[in-house]
Amino acid sequence: MQANGFWLTGATAFLLLTTVPGISHGITVPDSVTLNSQSKLYKPFDFNHAKHIQLTKECSDCHHHTTGTLVQDPNCIRCHRNSSETKTVSCKGCHLPDPFSAAAIKGKDPKSYHNDIPGLKAAMHISCINCHERMTGPTGCQDCHQRSPEGDAFYNSGEFAPKGKAAKGGHGGH
Amino acid sequence: MKRRDFLKGCLIGGAAASIGMPAKSWAVGSFEGYPDAMGVLVDTTRCIGCRSCEAACNKEQKLPEPNVPFDDTSVFEEKRRTSEKAYTVVNRYEATDGQKPPFRKMQCNHCNEPACLTSCFVNAYTKTKEGAVIYNSKVCVGCRTCMVACPFNIPAYSYSSAFGPVIKKCVLCYETRLKFGKPPACVEICPQEALTFGLRKDLIKLGHERIRETPERYVDHIYGEKELGGTSWLYLSRVPSEQIGLDETVGNEPIISNVKEFLGMVPMVLTIWPALFTGIHLLATRNKDHGDDHHNHSGQEDGKK
Repeated sequence: MQANGFWLTGATAFLLLTTVPGISHGITVPDSVTLNSQSKLYKPFDFNHAKHIQLTKECSDCHHHTTGTLVQDPNCIRCHRNSSETKTVSCKGCHLPDPFSAAAIKGKDPKSYHNDIPGLKAAMHISCINCHERMTGPTGCQDCHQRSPEGDAFYNSGEFAPKGKAAKGGHGGH
Repeated sequence: MKRRDFLKGCLIGGAAASIGMPAKSWAVGSFEGYPDAMGVLVDTTRCIGCRSCEAACNKEQKLPEPNVPFDDTSVFEEKRRTSEKAYTVVNRYEATDGQKPPFRKMQCNHCNEPACLTSCFVNAYTKTKEGAVIYNSKVCVGCRTCMVACPFNIPAYSYSSAFGPVIKKCVLCYETRLKFGKPPACVEICPQEALTFGLRKDLIKLGHERIRETPERYVDHIYGEKELGGTSWLYLSRVPSEQIGLDETVGNEPIISNVKEFLGMVPMVLTIWPALFTGIHLLATRNKDHGDDHHNHSGQEDGKK
């Protein structure tokens, strides 16, 4: 829990995944990581990293080749068959919180192979949802992060739901 | 004498028409789009149908309250289209191969050569250098010609307004975001990055690269790369385009090509022809007028005698 508190104080990014040092470096891997700390529409939540380590076979299921374990993706294997672990392992180390800012678009290197890196928000949603669909984990928005009152207003939902207008039948939502 | 003038007129008129031919060829040059035009690549394989883009559009464009909450998925039971209250809608389509049903976001595709702009006789529409097709609602007279012209059925009409009905459609958040180098609100909110914002020319490369790397994931086609002369919004899909409601029959020629040759003739007909034919008329009738004058003059002289 002490480690947990430390990670919380370091929360500055829109979505936060703190640096996860490689096991080989002899530094502990976090048991829990606070995500969504800067979002206005959804409340922050603790991602149970320890539980996910138990459920997954390899670190590379989420962390590409960066932890030094063998990658499965044939597109990655072409270059990263024998790649060792890298200094940067956290999601936010490579995935930008604002991938479509003018600076980010200008800063793209057209010669770089890795020029289609999703932003931080997308990297997590794509990775999490794809795996949760395979493993039949929860996939609804509020299964992971609870919406804030601002979020309810944004989605015209909850107490901000349209009044006096009949819904077109069927129960929706997540 | 009269018949000879007529024939002469025909001959000169025919020559004038043939002079007009080169004017046609310079009017037919095709426009490939602005070099720094931005665009959005829609990867429909990533869309999960969360409708966040619809909510973001509603708030950004200050549109009226929706009929149902934006997290209500019952709207997918029917195919919706854009309206004065919703500049973008997400529709769910049938999966024919037993896979997850695909979703597709629908909004103005911001054509390189927009049919709405071509058809508008008060010039309310503008294609900006950033790629957005915007319109000036103060100029719009509400004729709805653009609604007929648009091959994607996008412009909506504010029928609810009794006194000032105008056209309503997606403007790529031009005034509030695009102008300042920011992505449209729908792109920014998308949790899956099903919407990728960037230079249109880069997005085309990026789209082809995704197809090349994961060919099992996509049909080898980017809808909007060539369709109707190219659009700023581009679509990748796991299923053929028509299965997610994208019209494959539109062809690659922009709508303006159908009318460009005719429109290229209009300035010539309106400006050159009147001057030319007035000149011809004056030339052809000069001798005759002179003769008449002479005749009258002699007649008067005869009278005096």
